[in-house]
Amino acid sequence: ANSSRPFLSSHQMKVKVLSRNPDDYVRETKLDIQRVPRNYDPALHPFEVPREYTRALNATKLERVFAKPFLASLDGHRDGVNCMAKHTKSLSTLLSGSCDGEVKVWNLTKRECVRTLQAHEGFVRGMVVRFCGNSFFTVGDDKTIKQWKMEAPGYGEEEEPLNTILGKTVFTGLDHHQKEGVFATCGQQVDIWDEQRSSPIRSFTWGVDSFSSVRFNPVETELLASCASDRSIVLYDMRESTPLKKVIMNLRSNTICWNPMEAYYFTCSNEDYNLYTYDMRHLDRPVIVHMDHVSAVLDIDYSPTGKEFVSASFDKTIRIFPRDSGHSREVYHTKRMQHVICIKWSADNKYILSGSDEMNIRMWKANAAEKLGVLSPREREAVNYNQKLKEKFQHHPQIRRISRHRHLPKAIYSQAKELRVMKEARRRKEINVRKHSKPGTVPVVSEKEKHIVTVVK
Amino acid sequence: MLRYIILLQFVFEDCTWHFISMSCHMHKLTSGTGRATVEPVKAGMFMFNYKLIPCKKKKKKKKRASDPFPGPAPLPEERLQKFKRREKSKLPNRKRRKLRDVVARSEVVSEMAQKRAAQFDLLLPEEAGFLEGDEDEDTCMISQEDIAEAVDITSGAKYFNLNLSQFGPYRLDYSRTGRHLLLGGRRGHVACLDWQSKQLMCEMNVMESVNDVKWLHSESMYAVAQKKWLYIYDSKGIELHCIRKFNDVLCMQFLPYHFLLATASATGFLQYLDVSVGKEIAAICTKAGRLDVMCQNPHNAIIHLGHSNGTVTLWSPNQKEALVKMLCHQGGVRSVAVDKTGTYMVTSGMDKKLKVYDIRAFKPLQSYFLPAGASCLSLSHKGLLSAATGDIVQVSVSFPPYSMTKPYMAHRVRGTVWGLHFCPFEDVLGVGHGDGFTSMLVPGAGEPNFDGLDANPYRSSKQRQEWEVKALLEKIQPELISLDPDQLCHVDQASYEQKHKERVQALGFDPLAKEKFIPKLKKKGRSSSGNVERRKRQVAHEDQRVSSLDHHQERKKEALSGLRSALDRFKK
Repeated sequence: ANSSRPFLSSHQMKVKVLSRNPDDYVRETKLDIQRVPRNYDPALHPFEVPREYTRALNATKLERVFAKPFLASLDGHRDGVNCMAKHTKSLSTLLSGSCDGEVKVWNLTKRECVRTLQAHEGFVRGMVVRFCGNSFFTVGDDKTIKQWKMEAPGYGEEEEPLNTILGKTVFTGLDHHQKEGVFATCGQQVDIWDEQRSSPIRSFTWGVDSFSSVRFNPVETELLASCASDRSIVLYDMRESTPLKKVIMNLRSNTICWNPMEAYYFTCSNEDYNLYTYDMRHLDRPVIVHMDHVSAVLDIDYSPTGKEFVSASFDKTIRIFPRDSGHSREVYHTKRMQHVICIKWSADNKYILSGSDEMNIRMWKANAAEKLGVLSPREREAVNYNQKLKEKFQHHPQIRRISRHRHLPKAIYSQAKELRVMKEARRRKEINVRKHSKPGTVPVVSEKEKHIVTVVK
Repeated sequence: MLRYIILLQFVFEDCTWHFISMSCHMHKLTSGTGRATVEPVKAGMFMFNYKLIPCKKKKKKKKRASDPFPGPAPLPEERLQKFKRREKSKLPNRKRRKLRDVVARSEVVSEMAQKRAAQFDLLLPEEAGFLEGDEDEDTCMISQEDIAEAVDITSGAKYFNLNLSQFGPYRLDYSRTGRHLLLGGRRGHVACLDWQSKQLMCEMNVMESVNDVKWLHSESMYAVAQKKWLYIYDSKGIELHCIRKFNDVLCMQFLPYHFLLATASATGFLQYLDVSVGKEIAAICTKAGRLDVMCQNPHNAIIHLGHSNGTVTLWSPNQKEALVKMLCHQGGVRSVAVDKTGTYMVTSGMDKKLKVYDIRAFKPLQSYFLPAGASCLSLSHKGLLSAATGDIVQVSVSFPPYSMTKPYMAHRVRGTVWGLHFCPFEDVLGVGHGDGFTSMLVPGAGEPNFDGLDANPYRSSKQRQEWEVKALLEKIQPELISLDPDQLCHVDQASYEQKHKERVQALGFDPLAKEKFIPKLKKKGRSSSGNVERRKRQVAHEDQRVSSLDHHQERKKEALSGLRSALDRFKK
């Protein structure tokens, strides 16, 4: 306080010289933390942008260093894993069904199998947990739908289904209503079942075909969508007796998944290596075509936030796509993982579970570089700051190159290259044809329109 | 069950409180006498006989006084201006809704950050120094002894002389925190000291001539340009490196955020040494003869060199030619200095002139004639200009227009001045001269409030180590040195246009082009071919009108701003 008062001398001049009391700037005892006085004046912080850029570059590099997405492999199945189901109430429970008709219940925190049951003869085709979480349904190649209790049977009791329905044809998939005791199966036709009855309350057919997947809309709970083998995606309203409309594409779609947040969007995984996001109100062209896989896409699941989805493919990789981007942000693969048949995104938005041909279920981090476990406040702050920096400088070429870099198995890398060359050749040819024909006779067909044959109502 | 009957008479102020604190229930509580059953959780049943005489509550009509200064404290406009990074960006078209949202949100955030920083300014602990004379007394007539006598003891001790007549004249350098001083005598004497506590860290004679001395990133290392080679010593005086790639160095500058040591040599070479990895980054032949005038622009890390033909040239390590050449003086250039914000450049020449330039626009602002000519120049954090004319050091008030005819302070030292440096974060000017070193008090020269994470004069060794790691991690690459340091955050319009052109060529059509208008088929017989044609034409005309309007407005703007003259219409 003394130093800030001007001193008077015999000259009657007023003078003040900077004189800091070290006690104000140095900690009192060794037990205290150091004092760090701040001054945010931009003149004291030159090179703001280049320094931030350097920080962003370092953060991006560290992200790639720490990107270790593979967490665990759950083994125990004796045949390929054909389907999986998330528990509706418990985060740590996963159900999986394999090609030999066995169903296993897994505890994900302990990473062990807690229950095994022989559900069907032949494949387990579909599986779903009831919304209450007390029981689950399975369908199999033996033309049966079985309902099972979630709890394991007591000591000495036999593993028996609560309910068994014998159908006329093979079922290939099922899904349960969000709130009511109603479920849907697909096979030769799409059937709506009441849990209390042994015959379907409604059956939908549209031409002769077989369906591969059926899904209830999570928001408009009476709506359903299904993929058929005649290359179509059909929408239904449970309350009506006939299907609503369908879109026919160039190749068959395998599975379908609704966006849980914007439930008028759904995405289907297609045999032509692409995924298509549709707006159910405008089926005449997809909203986005998601490309990157180099073989048929077999399964898809949305993250609970609806911002991203994950897809499993026959090319032995898993890819994560942002909802509104045409290319994937992430690709996961291991040496031992074979064709990935089924995929699930966990309900806490942190993990991805994949079931593949070689009998294993693998657990991955949804965000490859994320640190698991509790973060200290300073850690959390640093993570947030780095995230923001990366976002700010994401379009700079050097940073983009590093953040996009992924290692790919040689086969997939060369396959992708080949596809690129083929596509380029086709495009070049089209341009040449257009150049040498009468203007307007060879129209430009956009990528979105290319894969659609027709819409039928 | 036990039953206790207790006769009690209570005088309650607030009966509910008592019973709740006993955690039991009471039924039908009314004023007057009566009986109440109370059931504690475990102990069975109590029975009370009570009499309630509720006290009259004081009327606590404490009206909440309305805030005489509602809302957040107002911020003065100039303080907000200080933290302004750039102009508000224009929101994009309504059609690009997502981008518009992102831009609007980031705008809000940056505005908030600006406000917060401006509010924080109130809490800064120190205020800048000043010197005011008596009425009709010039501040330049006040002697250093008087000032040292008037101020407190610690500040007074900052005025001192070191009589080193044997090995002078002396060059000097202060470390970035302002705690440490490095002295280099022409005849080989090198000393570094903690000048505030006057503790000598090391002292030696290198036994050959010393041209310049410079601290590196911290006070643990410094560079000495000796007769032949460049040497690096640590604070104990142990020779760490002798760099034979750097010969005949005359002056040096250290770029702290890039970890680059820039040297100018007698052979006309400007060389950059990366001190973090010990590699030569660039060696530029300036083809301008002996280089003995040098300074750096602390705002953008550009090196300014003064030449004997009166030009000042600007250099970056990324280009073999000078970025800018300015003819500043009619004789040779004697000294150059650039202020902290990179706005002003001050030069002095053999023509005895001292000139001030706006270095952003490369325009001269001021020119004076100094009878003796200034041999050394230095600018302080707060913008004070000091100039050495012979053995007199003059300090002029901050920021142009400087007044050299009536300086702020003046001081005569005992030999010709050889080096001149303001101490960072202190009101001190260090003068190296033929007879040693003088530390002068210049009130109001230094920045009063330092930033603890950037340059902390009071940091402990642990803090210094931590800072060093952080600073090395965010070392700026030399490729990023350019005239505008903020260039990285601008949109690269040129290469975008180039890319777009290439894309159009590859695709065979423009993917961003406006779609051609196709009139919708309207029902009820309104879509006769004539109608459709009319609608098409209407849209086409509208487009034409918009584009011609834009063109017209542009021309109007040009005419108003004076860029376009009446004769321009005859241009082809």
